Amino acid sequence: MTRRARLWVLLTGGAGLAVLLVAACLRLPHFGGDRHPYGDRAVHASLARRTANTISSVNFDQRAFDTLGEMTILFAAVLGCVVLLRQTQDERRARPEPADVARPVRRYALLVLPVALLTGLYIVAHGQLSPGGGFQGGVVAATALHLLYLGADYAALERVRPVGRYEVGDALASSAYVVTGIAGLIGGTAFLANTLLPYGTFNTLSSGGTVPLLNAAIGMEVACAVVVLLARFLDQAVEIEEESGR
Amino acid sequence: MADAVIVVALLLVAASATVAVATRDPMRQALVLAVLGVVLAVLFTVLQAPDVGLSQLAVGSALTPLLLMLAVRKIRRRGREKEGER
Repeated sequence: MTRRARLWVLLTGGAGLAVLLVAACLRLPHFGGDRHPYGDRAVHASLARRTANTISSVNFDQRAFDTLGEMTILFAAVLGCVVLLRQTQDERRARPEPADVARPVRRYALLVLPVALLTGLYIVAHGQLSPGGGFQGGVVAATALHLLYLGADYAALERVRPVGRYEVGDALASSAYVVTGIAGLIGGTAFLANTLLPYGTFNTLSSGGTVPLLNAAIGMEVACAVVVLLARFLDQAVEIEEESGR
Repeated sequence: MADAVIVVALLLVAASATVAVATRDPMRQALVLAVLGVVLAVLFTVLQAPDVGLSQLAVGSALTPLLLMLAVRKIRRRGREKEGER
């Protein structure tokens, strides 16, 4: 295909896409309106199952299968990272020297660490009630642990973070999500159907049927996945060196 | 009033995104990206999407810049080692 022909194909495709996009945008609901056909139905369904946070109801009840897909993507991405960033034959591990940390940085990091960790766990635990959920809280809790690297040094971080256990935790949490789904299939009506557990009292920690369970599984999965991911990156950045003379 | 806040948040996003593109040093770019993450989180919160705002705050302003900085550090260290051999 000549350059000119390729350009024409590109322009035709681009123009078609632009027309479709404009046509779709013209039929969107107006910006900032307080009514939306999908929003109204989602809120109704979420209230019927006594889940206070509609977003969590969408994520872990109405669209729980989508969340399974997203969890699998994260799991596969972290798995790929672990395989790609492993220590190869021509690399060796060098113990990083204990680093001097400025006093204010150390004080700040050690002060904020427990607060950040608790905030992360709170966001996971209250995913079905208030904004947030397993994903957000998991990332917060996992990154909070790494304040130890800022406040102390790499050796201290490695002591509180046995990567092997987090890898097992990641796999366990992923399976817990699938097992809860299968439980819905066996005891209820369909895979991941929220018909198994009582819905409980509205706006309490145990309300929403399987939503808190799936939310906790995602929280654990994401926290473990982020810790493993950061551990691989930190290993490469701090510890692993190329064998010299190659 | 709410519209004014949305406009301010949008302008802040546009400004910090432009700075992120214009910055050439990857280390600085990671820091600007963290600022962009915070501003985007503000925009999402103003648009009444606190869930997305929290995700953006956790991933966009903490995790992504951290991964970028670790990657840059690894590459720079390798460069220094190569220069040391010469």
